[in-house]
Amino acid sequence: MELIIPILAAAVRSGTPILYATLGEVLSERAGVMNLGLEGVMLTGAYAGFAVTKATGDPWLGLTASFFAGAAITLIHAFLCITLMCNQVVSGLALVMTGYGLSALLGRSIIGETISGMASWSIPILSDIPFFGPVFFQHNPMVYVSYLLVVFLCWFIFRTRWGLNLRAVGENPRAADAMGLSVTKIRYLYTLVGGGLAGVGGGYLSVVYAQMWIEGMTSGRGWIAVALVIFGLWNPARAAFGAYLFGGVEALQLRMQAMGSSISASLLLTLPYLMTIIVLTVVSIRAGKGVKLGTPAALSVPFRREDRD
Amino acid sequence: MIHLKFEPRLDNPAWMSVMIPVAAVLTGLFAGGVLFAFLGVNPFRAYWAVLVGAFGSTYGLSEIVTKAIPITLTALAGLICYRMLIWNIGAEGQLCLGAIATVAVVRYFYVDNRIAMFALMFLAAALAGGVWGGVSGFLKAKWNVNETITTLMLNYVAINLSEYFIYGPWKDPMSMGFPFTPNFPPAARFWVFGSTRIHGGIFIALAITLIFQLLLKRSKWGYEIRVIGENPRAARYAGINIAKNILLVTFIGGAVAGLAGMSEMAGLHGRMSRGFSMDYGYTGIIVAWLARLSPIYVPLVAFLMGVLLVGGDTLQVVMGLPHASIKILQGLILFSMIGAETLSRFRIRIVRVGLRAKGEEN
Repeated sequence: MELIIPILAAAVRSGTPILYATLGEVLSERAGVMNLGLEGVMLTGAYAGFAVTKATGDPWLGLTASFFAGAAITLIHAFLCITLMCNQVVSGLALVMTGYGLSALLGRSIIGETISGMASWSIPILSDIPFFGPVFFQHNPMVYVSYLLVVFLCWFIFRTRWGLNLRAVGENPRAADAMGLSVTKIRYLYTLVGGGLAGVGGGYLSVVYAQMWIEGMTSGRGWIAVALVIFGLWNPARAAFGAYLFGGVEALQLRMQAMGSSISASLLLTLPYLMTIIVLTVVSIRAGKGVKLGTPAALSVPFRREDRD
Repeated sequence: MIHLKFEPRLDNPAWMSVMIPVAAVLTGLFAGGVLFAFLGVNPFRAYWAVLVGAFGSTYGLSEIVTKAIPITLTALAGLICYRMLIWNIGAEGQLCLGAIATVAVVRYFYVDNRIAMFALMFLAAALAGGVWGGVSGFLKAKWNVNETITTLMLNYVAINLSEYFIYGPWKDPMSMGFPFTPNFPPAARFWVFGSTRIHGGIFIALAITLIFQLLLKRSKWGYEIRVIGENPRAARYAGINIAKNILLVTFIGGAVAGLAGMSEMAGLHGRMSRGFSMDYGYTGIIVAWLARLSPIYVPLVAFLMGVLLVGGDTLQVVMGLPHASIKILQGLILFSMIGAETLSRFRIRIVRVGLRAKGEEN
């Protein structure tokens, strides 16, 4: 037990940045816009969060900046994909490059700086529960915010009028349009909020987790988040499970390295990526058998009012 | 309120296919310049540094060509898949596998004969890259697994795999702890142009460009994959085997990217070291799009991309900017390119929405 609990707790901590990005992508894809650019958006958020925290000393302000920076850079993607109806895959790739380059260029002045980050805070009573307490309730506040966000989004997407509209736009934009919804406005809204959440994921990495800025510090987490949306079948709760699974592999790998395991770190690092492929394959096989998965039917299909089917 | 209205163009004027990439590059560079200016970097100085770095010396020119070789190959690797709307973004990993296979052949099957060595390395790299790409193709063809994600995940696997070999079993015992493999013996090296670093890989790149051009524009198979890309339903009615073709293009694409890895190993570096792949796989994606998925333009666009990359090195040395700054320009150019493509498909009219109230609904 004393070996497993710290690993699980670390899994939650290191899964959290991926979780924020995944939740953002769930919103965006539910509205029908695929954002492959999460990696670049997270990096932009990571830079903005760190820089603002460094300047103001307030990590909450920093993370707010991460949100707006993530949303701002996603605006390019939204404009191209929604208004100009461009190819979402290529636009996403361009977003990765732009975000990476922009954060590297901006971040050149803050390399090597440090901040104090966010103190962890054990939730009274809950943190005393055996096993669950130390695993889930002895973390920094941003972890708790992510719990609330998962619960909120599950309710919002599946139980509210707004969520229904969101799903309608991603499922059948023509019908949504006929219902009087503005497909364009709704897609913009959720793509930008999604980008903002990915930015917060990046901000968590630089402000809370690493407490420094390193060029390219997301090292593929943005891409994993894209894959996790499919793994989580566009459902926030399942996405959380997936994010912690990945956090777990990362934590395990760090621990094995620390214990001087003879297994090569490089080989261990391939595990999360291989796991994504396996999980994706299993999910796709099930989808092929007609199991309803929740894939938004109009995902990455641009909507033009004038088109006739 | 003002509203943009998109009307499909019925004609497709020839001047557009040239103007679009040119306009896209210029728009990207302009937007990048504005951005640089905002970030306190003088864009004129930056672009001047890029130009001087690239064209100011024979060394710069030879470096551009050296970089254009693998980029041409990775762009062709992506291009053949994109033609069929298969979103293979795995050239980076396939290049890595090609390099690993090349080093393995030199390590375990070395023969002291240039031609035999070339043939062995060529086959091994093409096969390794092809299988690496083919895995994603197989998953896509059989179970409709999203190939964007699988090719990308395999990139990370491949890079970690190469690092495993570089730091582990293949590390040069004489390297004093530095992470690289031993130098290739002379028979495993390509011929090099005089005192430059331009190597024989250029012939592989140009030959494959020509083969792809002929295949895609002149052969029945090229026609088939174009039909699949443009109209899968029609392709199915015509009895074209889509699954087989997915497997085929991902294998061929992977093989070509694998050859890029081989040419980097045997032509340029002569050993595998950390970070050798230089993101050429990703750069190839932009080049494929800027060339409008037409093989014949790929070497030219790859050369221009080489100018940017070599210029990026100068930016780092002369102005102290991170090399990754060049990615901003790459990203903005790619954004402009796909934006311009929409503008070419539609006429855009600005409509005042208020007028529609008087019964002018569309």
